[in-house]
Amino acid sequence: MRTLIEQQTEVALQATDLRVATALGKEILHGVSFTLQRGRMLALVGESGSGKTTAGLACLGYFRTGLKHVGGTVELSDGTDLLALTDAGRRGLRGGSISYVPQDPALSLNPAMRIGTQIMEVLRVHGYGASEQARRNRLAEVLTDVGLPNDAAYQRRWPHELSGGQQQRVGIAMAFAFRPEVMVMDEPTTGLDVTTQALVLQTIHQLVTTHAVAGLYITHDLAVVSEVADEVAVMLAGRIVEQGRSDQVLHDPQHAYTRKLLNAVPDLAGRHHIGEVEAVTGAMPIVSRERAASARVATPVVAEPTSLLSVADLRLSYGTNAVLNGIDFELGRGESLMLLGESGSGKTTAARCIAGLNDTYTGSVSLAGTTLQPGTRQRSAEERHRIQYVFQSPMSSLNPRRTIGESVEVPLHMSGTFSRKERRALVLEALDQVQLAASFIDRRPGQLSGGERQRAAIARALVNAPSVLVCDEVTSALDVSVQASIIDLLRTLQVETGMAMVFVTHNIALARHLSQRLAVLHAGRIVDIGPTDDVLENPQHSYTRELLTHVPTL
Amino acid sequence: MLGLILRRLSISAVILLIVSMLVFVATLLLPGDPAQAILGQQATPERLEALREQMNLNDPFAQRYLHWLGGLFVGDFGVSAASGGSVAALLGDRIAASLVLMALAAAISIPVGILVGTYSALRRGRAGDHAATGISLVLAALPDFVIGIALVTLFSTTVFTVLPSVTMAPPGEQVWDYPSQLILPVLTLVLVVMPYIIRMMRTTMIEVLDSGYVEMARLKGVPERQVIVRHALPHAIAPVAQVVAIQLAWLAGGIVVVEFLFRYPGVGQALVDAVTNRDVQVVQALAMLIAAVYVVVNLLADIVGIVTNPKLRTGGIR
Repeated sequence: MRTLIEQQTEVALQATDLRVATALGKEILHGVSFTLQRGRMLALVGESGSGKTTAGLACLGYFRTGLKHVGGTVELSDGTDLLALTDAGRRGLRGGSISYVPQDPALSLNPAMRIGTQIMEVLRVHGYGASEQARRNRLAEVLTDVGLPNDAAYQRRWPHELSGGQQQRVGIAMAFAFRPEVMVMDEPTTGLDVTTQALVLQTIHQLVTTHAVAGLYITHDLAVVSEVADEVAVMLAGRIVEQGRSDQVLHDPQHAYTRKLLNAVPDLAGRHHIGEVEAVTGAMPIVSRERAASARVATPVVAEPTSLLSVADLRLSYGTNAVLNGIDFELGRGESLMLLGESGSGKTTAARCIAGLNDTYTGSVSLAGTTLQPGTRQRSAEERHRIQYVFQSPMSSLNPRRTIGESVEVPLHMSGTFSRKERRALVLEALDQVQLAASFIDRRPGQLSGGERQRAAIARALVNAPSVLVCDEVTSALDVSVQASIIDLLRTLQVETGMAMVFVTHNIALARHLSQRLAVLHAGRIVDIGPTDDVLENPQHSYTRELLTHVPTL
Repeated sequence: MLGLILRRLSISAVILLIVSMLVFVATLLLPGDPAQAILGQQATPERLEALREQMNLNDPFAQRYLHWLGGLFVGDFGVSAASGGSVAALLGDRIAASLVLMALAAAISIPVGILVGTYSALRRGRAGDHAATGISLVLAALPDFVIGIALVTLFSTTVFTVLPSVTMAPPGEQVWDYPSQLILPVLTLVLVVMPYIIRMMRTTMIEVLDSGYVEMARLKGVPERQVIVRHALPHAIAPVAQVVAIQLAWLAGGIVVVEFLFRYPGVGQALVDAVTNRDVQVVQALAMLIAAVYVVVNLLADIVGIVTNPKLRTGGIR
């Protein structure tokens, strides 16, 4: 969908040697320079903490609380330095000639204002048109531009009455309303499912090319970059380490960090093996083991063909809202099943039912032939040991006041048969399994990076040697390189311990990297299930086919 | 939205009904005989019996309760045991005087509290914020009578003698005919109520100012004033309304101490007198009145919450 307009490259914004520091004087942007050109899109790529959002906001002359500008300029097409302007001068440009599309529209739209009013506000503040009528017309026009209905009833909707994709379109409409010269987009499709993401990316691309807007697209997702950007700048720890045409950077990366990032991106085809990455950010443990070149997960050596976990006609509804409409699947010993679905498909609910965290379901969950009680409280300790759960966010699933050792030890206390010494030995063994050094036993979650915390959470699930590990979106809060190392870890663990795994995710690209079987969940039903390759190559359901066409690839 | 408000209203009605039962039962359990209290120790048994008959004291409890409850609806609160006059006539002026005091205190403390709280949040960590939070913390820690006494010392007795420390209205005239007498009682109530409003307002405002939609409003180029008034304030108000409700409800009861301190002829004084005189009918009426104030202000706070949250209005949350 990329169109390269080589001619008439008119500079709209030029950032030169941008330096930003915290209030305490610690510099976090070390001289960042980039150029935005009309009708072209520059992608600013980096992992969390690389300073990409800070750099993007600096283009609007905006610095978050606790940050200050210490050097460099942001020049506009007429040569004025945006950062030398007064507050009022910057305010006049923001939302007018330079606009911003936020990362999470659900948080960035005012929940107490109608969407029409929020877009109108931009037009009013900057004095668009001669009359209120002219502004009304522009409002209707810009809603059409982003592919939303523009009737009065729609304009009077509240943000919560829109879907995530529609909310993001409103965010884009708001940024585009005043016909800006420059648009800064901060991960505008993170959190959207692939189908919606494809539509939003298409809208952005159209706006930028047909209206000759200069775009800055901030993201951590390299697959998306290849879809939208003309140029790429890769950021690492407050510096741009590589910059160039996007096809060059993505297919012939020069800097080692860019190569590492690219290697960490899971691809749907499973061409390369993610996870063989060394530490790229901070103090992440190095994961590099000898491994076959292909990412294809070997078919497990199933000793007994009998199923270990069996789910039959699982149904659950909240009031009149049915979340699960009858789910059936079997999971063999040592097998890894991916439960794939978009937000709202019921994938997490299903996972929680299996683990007994939701006890209001009907239908049955049986483990090794025994039907389990619905809630964890009714299940025996032995049954609870055998199914362990890893949560999405390691930030909230570990008690911040407990050391890692204490947290990992909790399941052992519950079984109550081990001495202090035995518990410590088991904890150390579990930490070793997840490749955390023994010294982590006395640290607290606050001292750990996101990837290390998720490892600790996995260690807690492993300490009782479960038969089934349920992983609920365990990598979606992590950067790609960390995600790759966690995926590698889970793959290794599955082979070493022979446990079965249910991996819940919305990221279809991970499928070939992790699971032997794939189940596609849509509106509380499994619409496609089978060996991963079969489902991906020969999808049976129209929904799976639609999903596959929208996956962005490098 | 109307449905939600009607539901809250009916819940309030049920609460008041339950309160009325509790108040009635509680006053029945009080020692003493109202007829004896009215007629005094020298009353003959015949006269006592006649009065009991007249006051329906010989009827079954349930019937007396229903009779009393029916009276409440038409404004008939019964007959005062102490004075023999109608309770409604006895309390009418008192209620008006207290309401004036409460309304003035609320009219000053709510807007000033919201303003100071917002100012404090905007200047977070700077001198103005430290001063505002420090002073409000000290005031919140002081009991109401201490503040009242300090004010009296400062403005009417020891330091300056510019304001009257007691309320004295000649019979037949109203308290508000002498505005200078109202200053100290109102000021005391304001200083007691306002710190909580300031602190709550500051906390919620800081949270709202850090939100994505406030940042977005700034990035849209909306002038700072408009960001605060249109984007931030409506979200900060709802939790503050709950605190204001609790404070106003507290005023209904807490006013007793302040009225006593300034000899202010309001319901607080009336309640103290009624309890001393075993004036059951007056105690019942005042207890119901204070309960009604609690219920009404909480209802108002809920309505503010509903109005400022479109999700509640449009049924996004059930």
